[in-house]
Amino acid sequence: MTDWRTLSLVGGVLLLLGAATGLIQFLKRRLDVSVDPAIVETFRLRVRAWWILFSVLVVAFFVPTWVTVLLFMIISFWVLREFITLTPTRPSDHRTLFFVFFVFTPLQYALVGVKYYGLYSVVIPVYAFLIIPAAVALAGDTKRFLERTAKIQVGLLICVYCLSYTPALLTLRPTPSQNAATEHEGDIAAEAAGKDLSPPEDNLLDAGGRKRLLFFFVLIVQLSDAMQYLWAQIPRRHVIVPSINPSRTWEGLLGGTATVTLLGAVLWWATPFRGADWWMAGVMSGIISLMCFAGGLTMSAIKRDRGVKDYGTLVTGHGGLLDRIDSICFAAPVFFHCTRWWLVLNGYIQPIP
Amino acid sequence: MRGYAGGRGMDTNLLRNFLALFARLLSGASVRWIDSQPDTCQRVYFANHTSHLDALVIWSSLPQEVRMLTRPVAAKDYWTAGRIRRYLAYQVFNAILIDRTEIKVHQSPVEMMIREIAHESSLIVFPEGGRGDGREIGEFKSGLYYLCKKRPDLELIPVHIDNMNRILPRGEVLPVPLLTCITFGPPLWLEAREAKLDFLARAREAVKRLKEL
Repeated sequence: MTDWRTLSLVGGVLLLLGAATGLIQFLKRRLDVSVDPAIVETFRLRVRAWWILFSVLVVAFFVPTWVTVLLFMIISFWVLREFITLTPTRPSDHRTLFFVFFVFTPLQYALVGVKYYGLYSVVIPVYAFLIIPAAVALAGDTKRFLERTAKIQVGLLICVYCLSYTPALLTLRPTPSQNAATEHEGDIAAEAAGKDLSPPEDNLLDAGGRKRLLFFFVLIVQLSDAMQYLWAQIPRRHVIVPSINPSRTWEGLLGGTATVTLLGAVLWWATPFRGADWWMAGVMSGIISLMCFAGGLTMSAIKRDRGVKDYGTLVTGHGGLLDRIDSICFAAPVFFHCTRWWLVLNGYIQPIP
Repeated sequence: MRGYAGGRGMDTNLLRNFLALFARLLSGASVRWIDSQPDTCQRVYFANHTSHLDALVIWSSLPQEVRMLTRPVAAKDYWTAGRIRRYLAYQVFNAILIDRTEIKVHQSPVEMMIREIAHESSLIVFPEGGRGDGREIGEFKSGLYYLCKKRPDLELIPVHIDNMNRILPRGEVLPVPLLTCITFGPPLWLEAREAKLDFLARAREAVKRLKEL
């Protein structure tokens, strides 16, 4: 992480967090100001969660890819247990659940770890999708069969499959035959040899570039959540789905998405979307913002149905881990595939024949 | 080191702490003490019983100094089948094993428990006698009453274990790592001249009430 792009991106985020922590300290000292202490407390907890999240991401710049993949596997494991705990299953689902936890979860991350894109993109939506109902049927209990099967499938899909696309961003490599030297210092030499496919500064997806892509993605997700929350605070409110979440408004969605699109475009220099396509960074950020909204709303709907406010009790009273990362789960696969699609279109990655 | 009838070495201690940590990770237990505090005084923890791991998760959710003094009461036929189980029962959990197949007058489980705990250990018991399906708490067996009749000074702590039946249901070998919740309730005692059935119903109600909290 010695290049200026990484240093500026990470340094900028850490400076912002430092400023936020300073602001909180200031607000706590001056209790006479007309700020609701409850809002300050919510903000403080949020900033603390961000410190943890971004510290982990900074560490990810220094460790090998497989460590990051392993970390996300542990997170998947934890959120899946939060999800299944809240989902009523029957005793006859026990063996299926065992498979889901101890076979499909490690398998998905192992495939991401070895960068086997052709298999990790289908192993859960195709193979697990078919094996789960078959395993439930094998147990011989037909009561609410389709409902039980669907719940296990959805849990596996959201908590494991979707989340695994976040570390999968680290595996987006240019196809070697196209761009053999991208990995190494010999970049300039390769360009000199006449690889005109490469734009002028072609460290788009070297190890640092991939880690920056992951950092950028998580940053935009967090900004989306924050901006949608901020925009929802303006007085004229048009609530989108009052029966699910009264704090999600059209103002929040549209204002938040517009703001995040602008912010993403301004950060184009930190992403692989450089050169003539710099505006793609903004478009991708807008897509991330929409998916964050979809994720938050969907997970809220599931929670309303189960009659709970939060998943799990990781820290009593602070909601579960799944509440924190539901937007990441929804945005990750879409961002991954859109980015990959752009890379294929621009000739960095060979499409699978 | 008082309270150690079983193995004493460093290894056993290490294994104890490791197993307690492992059980807490596996069960993801959130532990709640409602109107109640962990204490090293002599107590009887009584809980609903839905899984073989119940005693382990209660034992592991106690603070270390309390855990060292607390002995689960378990079925001899299950815990002496195989070397590992026997080692765990005798050396690690320091369990009091009850022979369910031949309960004699002079070798009654209650006598045995009273003798074993002397004036320092606490007990973990499951008064339902066997494992239930996790939906309803079964009727309590009378052992708890006779135990209190002989030792009315023991504090009875109701414990409710939620979700454990989903982690390891009856007849399954492989556990699934879901989240459990262990709730410790306020202590109760056997009242003077309280009838057996009234007392057992009151104790059962105390466990059931914790489920709703």
